Amino acid sequence: MQNTPNTPLFEAVADATCRALQEAEVHLPADVLRALQRAEEREPNPVARSELRNILRNVELAEELRLPLCQDTGVPVLYVSLPPDVPLSERLYAALAEGVRRATERVPLRPNVVDPLTRENRGDNTGPGMPSVHLRPGERFAITALPKGAGSENVSRIGMLLPSEREEIERFVVETVLRAGGRPCPPLVLGVGIGGTFDGSAALAKEALLSPIDTMTGLERRLCEAVNALGIGPMGLGGETTALAVKVRQADCHTASLPVAVNVQCWACRRATVEVRR
Amino acid sequence: MRELTTPLGDEVLDLRAGDRITLSGIVYTARDEAHRRMLERGIPFDPRGAAVYHCGPLVRDGRVLAAGPTTSARMNAFTAFLLDRGVRALIGKGGMGGEVVEHLRGRGVYLAFTGGCAVLAASRMALEGVYWEDLGMAEAIWILRLDRLPLVVGIDARGTDLFASVMERARGCARL
Repeated sequence: MQNTPNTPLFEAVADATCRALQEAEVHLPADVLRALQRAEEREPNPVARSELRNILRNVELAEELRLPLCQDTGVPVLYVSLPPDVPLSERLYAALAEGVRRATERVPLRPNVVDPLTRENRGDNTGPGMPSVHLRPGERFAITALPKGAGSENVSRIGMLLPSEREEIERFVVETVLRAGGRPCPPLVLGVGIGGTFDGSAALAKEALLSPIDTMTGLERRLCEAVNALGIGPMGLGGETTALAVKVRQADCHTASLPVAVNVQCWACRRATVEVRR
Repeated sequence: MRELTTPLGDEVLDLRAGDRITLSGIVYTARDEAHRRMLERGIPFDPRGAAVYHCGPLVRDGRVLAAGPTTSARMNAFTAFLLDRGVRALIGKGGMGGEVVEHLRGRGVYLAFTGGCAVLAASRMALEGVYWEDLGMAEAIWILRLDRLPLVVGIDARGTDLFASVMERARGCARL
């Protein structure tokens, strides 16, 4: 496998992965930028407003200078939409990893990925299980990068609630934010996964971060209001903007289960999708 | 908005938690490893009136490219000696523990910079030098000259901790 020459498909996948990561690291998606601008206009607390202004100015500067908008460039999480004519193979995973290596060099990304126990850093943001790859069938061949920083990932939580505790979902979400305080760099975007299995709910929570944040369903809005009632504000300095949005994804589950996962995301809700050029 | 310049003196005692200020002049970056070594070998810069920034910057070709704040609470246990030697301001994100609030009383302040705003921070800085570069880029002590970096007073010299009071209120109003 090591000696296999890189096929045009391998090159195309590696290139698209690298571009998706670059795009995600440097530009904040338009919906997230709009949500921050709206928050800055509405925020009555002067300290919170000045924090939001710093964030908006930082986003502009990152774009102008083509630099990552936060020094924690995260770990690479990739969502790949795979059309029927592309074979699912080890080479595909190798090409995605190659794209991560190139992005680490070119963007540049901070080498964040280490062995979990020895803490050894290979220096290129790849290793067993990294990048984290999620595949799904699709018409387009596209790669979405969602680089995930540690500050917000570390305060994310999963709970196995009882089926009778549907009302407890809001409490679980609010409690997660309360425990986190200013540590995950609010204003936050919360991805909430409801249902599925233990592992599936966490995947749903992260996938929820892929949807645009400038619209919310009734449930999402209720959860967002409950979180903002805490007054933690940007960076934990107080204010009305603790969360920019809450996004929910759900799946059916066992009749005896109610898994709920909250994936916490900092203000830098980075994601970008790039089509593979074949 | 108050404009402060290092070295800092008694003017920091008048600041109140929640005040927005700008800071100019020299600051020194220090994270976990630099704190540990300063405890063992002494402080390599003049600590009197100094400001210490909890930050591991990205430096390339003599320029600071990214210099966002790191989580200050990691340095809770090794901060007292800096204040004892005359350091007047700590800069970082997320606030610091109750013991640091007490050490700051009557002496200095904790200043918060916006988490993740690494490019904005770097745009207000020039690199002046480095101590202990062998600790690596993130952990070395970089000497930075600030040009009006916008900051919020998180903990003042009277023992008011904005982070703690925000969280206390949040716990009180949580609809749990």
